[in-house]
Amino acid sequence: MPSSQVDADSLLTIDVGGINTRVALFDVVDGKYRFLASGTAPSTANAPYNDIGEGIRRALDRLQHITGWNLVGSDEQLIIPRRVDGAGVDAVAATISAGPPMHVIVTGLLDDVSLESARTLAQTTYARIEETFGLNDKRKLESRIDAIMRIRPDLIVISGGTDGGASQAVRRLIEVIGLGCYLMPEKQRPEILYAGNQAMVDEVKSALESYCTVNVAPNIRPNLEVEQLEAAYPQLATIFRRVQSKRLGGLYELETASHGNLLSSADGIGRIIRYLSKVYGSKKGVLGVDIGASATVIAGARDGKIRTGVFPFLSLGERSLELLEYCSIKEIMRWIPFEISEKTISEYIYTKHFYPGSIPVLQQDLFIEQALAREALRIAFQLIAPGMRKGLSVDGNYGALSFEPIVASGSVLTRAPKLSQTVLMLLDALQPQGITTLVLDQHQILPSLGVAAAINPLMAVQVLESNTFLNLGCVVSPVGNARTGTVILKVKITYENGNEVMRDIQAGALEILPIQAGQSANLLLRPLHGYDVGMGGSGRGGRLKVVGGEFGVIIDARGRPLRFGSDPSKLWQRNQQWLKALER
Amino acid sequence: MVANVAHVHPFTTIRRERLLPVPGRVLVRKGQQISATDVVAEASLSPQYILLDIPKALGISSKNADKYLQCKVGMQVVAGDILAGPVGFTKRVLRAPKDGKVILASGGQIFLETASVPFELKAGLPGLVMELVDDRGVIIETSGSLVQGVWGNGLIDFGLLSVVASDAKEVLAPHKLTVSMKGAVVLGGLCDDIETLNAAASLPLRGLILASITPDLIPEAKRALFPILVIDGVGSIPMNSVAFKLLASNDKREVNINAEAWNRLSGDRPEVVIPLPASENMPNPKQSVDYAVGQQVKVVRAPYTGKIGKLINIRQGMTTFQSGVSGIAGEVQLEDGDRTLLPLVNLEVLE
Repeated sequence: MPSSQVDADSLLTIDVGGINTRVALFDVVDGKYRFLASGTAPSTANAPYNDIGEGIRRALDRLQHITGWNLVGSDEQLIIPRRVDGAGVDAVAATISAGPPMHVIVTGLLDDVSLESARTLAQTTYARIEETFGLNDKRKLESRIDAIMRIRPDLIVISGGTDGGASQAVRRLIEVIGLGCYLMPEKQRPEILYAGNQAMVDEVKSALESYCTVNVAPNIRPNLEVEQLEAAYPQLATIFRRVQSKRLGGLYELETASHGNLLSSADGIGRIIRYLSKVYGSKKGVLGVDIGASATVIAGARDGKIRTGVFPFLSLGERSLELLEYCSIKEIMRWIPFEISEKTISEYIYTKHFYPGSIPVLQQDLFIEQALAREALRIAFQLIAPGMRKGLSVDGNYGALSFEPIVASGSVLTRAPKLSQTVLMLLDALQPQGITTLVLDQHQILPSLGVAAAINPLMAVQVLESNTFLNLGCVVSPVGNARTGTVILKVKITYENGNEVMRDIQAGALEILPIQAGQSANLLLRPLHGYDVGMGGSGRGGRLKVVGGEFGVIIDARGRPLRFGSDPSKLWQRNQQWLKALER
Repeated sequence: MVANVAHVHPFTTIRRERLLPVPGRVLVRKGQQISATDVVAEASLSPQYILLDIPKALGISSKNADKYLQCKVGMQVVAGDILAGPVGFTKRVLRAPKDGKVILASGGQIFLETASVPFELKAGLPGLVMELVDDRGVIIETSGSLVQGVWGNGLIDFGLLSVVASDAKEVLAPHKLTVSMKGAVVLGGLCDDIETLNAAASLPLRGLILASITPDLIPEAKRALFPILVIDGVGSIPMNSVAFKLLASNDKREVNINAEAWNRLSGDRPEVVIPLPASENMPNPKQSVDYAVGQQVKVVRAPYTGKIGKLINIRQGMTTFQSGVSGIAGEVQLEDGDRTLLPLVNLEVLE
């Protein structure tokens, strides 16, 4: 695009994470928006600072030092807009994942209808669902009041009743919540998000508004067949900001500096993934994953529809101990490429819990960290997959979920010493099927781009198209049943110069096809034994034009799902082989 | 770069804010001298509620129910008090099933908050109440030695210190806990045997300070009825020498253990306080520092977990470590004279 077509506004993004605060600068270079540089500093949401501003200031100092670009004035405030002398930026966009998750009670009527939708809605932000009240809840009113008082929720989500439908049951729900809120100390009363029968809005407001802030969203289940969670996203985002502002010093100032362009990091990721799904228009949909210290975030989008899952209990920060409530030590061990004891892994997790910002110095520790990341991502994907299938109207069973591309973010992935480790973590955890492409958000700007897209969509597009994101490679994962070692796929690679290479792929193999990064080639895929390579069904092959990523093209024929024997020594030897297979 | 800080100080001023999670009653007065186990404030954390239906209880219609109310909102009642009635020839009444407070009394219903055992906020350290925080708690100040740890089982107590560990890496064997230690706070080393915890419980001890504990013993340690505080981590980690020397030099002195969980948001950590008479020019530990050459540091993870050293250089730019991971590195001279390069984020400055 010629430079004249670009509205040359510079943008500063600020992402306040559980461990680190990242600031990044974007501006026009040679007529196109580019990511210029980033600065990082430890986050200061916790004591003794209890103010995210200090971490932001230090990250900005670092960015100013790297770029020589003066961003902060003598009054210690960000210079906005950019001055004629070049100092400052034109706009600021911010995202945040620091701070404890919100404590949430979700309420609804039917377990598998409105209550399920309310639960899914709460999981789209940094929240911990502590309690659910539904129509089938046989507890006495007093017990439910006790629960409200014990939990002291930050948020109560009320759903239920199709539009114009049930009102009496909703009324009973409101009665309990109203009483609970009335009994709570004034300063600790929760936010209310009402997303149920719209005919009840006035009644809900009049019953609860004297005690709580009532946020009204469109009905997330207007009828039994339709679920529209996205309708409540803006209200949920506002509530998240308000709740976190009470806990985190400096958040209000950040919101002011960003002129309201402040989202949770998960929302930022969701936005950009949805945007990509529109841009690519792929039938498969786009998947974004982020493994962080605050949560593992998974966002899948197809045709502009988005489904996000935020899992604070599956994180690599101070809550890493909670991962053990969802998987066993043995399940973590199966990813480690050497012999190790359960005790060592337990000790590692405790150390991570005590010192979440510390980093692995020893190779053993690095592999434990990466094993934890695999489990966190694997479980998160399993938890969200059914909802994603429904919400994104993907046909078939859970295994049939496939996305292209898969965009991955998070320190454990971006800071892995070898990209082969990054690729293997993603393949092991997500176990994609058919054909996909792995893309790495190497500067961890995915959340920021989501907010930036609202301010400057052109910038978001141009940065995404630049080499800021690293194409790790196209992955072909054939699925079927054959004995290990059986040839299950024949691949013919035709390069642009006409040269051809043939490869026979055996069941159980993990291989890199010889295609250089950026090199174009045509693949002819011929699956055998009824294997499915994602080209229209079992046994169907075809031609595929590819551009090599960092790993050219990867064939992952290890089977789906990955199988694990009971002999630990075989497992760690197999992990070593897989790592070796991806080394270039 | 913002540093991780742990306080291990032989003589300092210690100021702690102790707050209830919900509004309640402050039970001490400004200027009062208190001990670690004194309850400074209390609140009803999880009140229980009872809903009483007047029409059902009295056999009357809902419409007339409120006419028979004998209680008002806010009224304290004791079990057996008449809340509504009498009705009819038999003078039927509705009595309070338990002691409590009337929260709502209308629409034919009475909502009673029953008296529950209040949550008691203990002082956590001995000292002087410097300030009262309305309905929430107090600020306490004391002077003495301070040693912060990483894990605690949530309990608070105090007693005379009995130093059992002869060195920082000694494993605390069950037979070392003798009857003479009953009611004492024991300074042990590493704990890897459930029998050690059982022996401590059977005495019982008033507290147990450990260098480290193996992960399999954590559930049992959580169930213990006396405070258990871990200084350096989970595993088999010797106690860092600074903490060990400081604690071991206070044998037979009164020590206070606040084994509450580490809360990063508030900054509260499990800690041991050994009160000492105040004097002039007593230093206040810095709450926040940046990494700087000359600081005494503790290594918080492998390699050299728990080792003490001096930060002698901070490298410019990024350094790649054995794992292949990069980070800002500090050169540390360890106690035994060895020098090593470690990520700054793996160091805790001892203040």
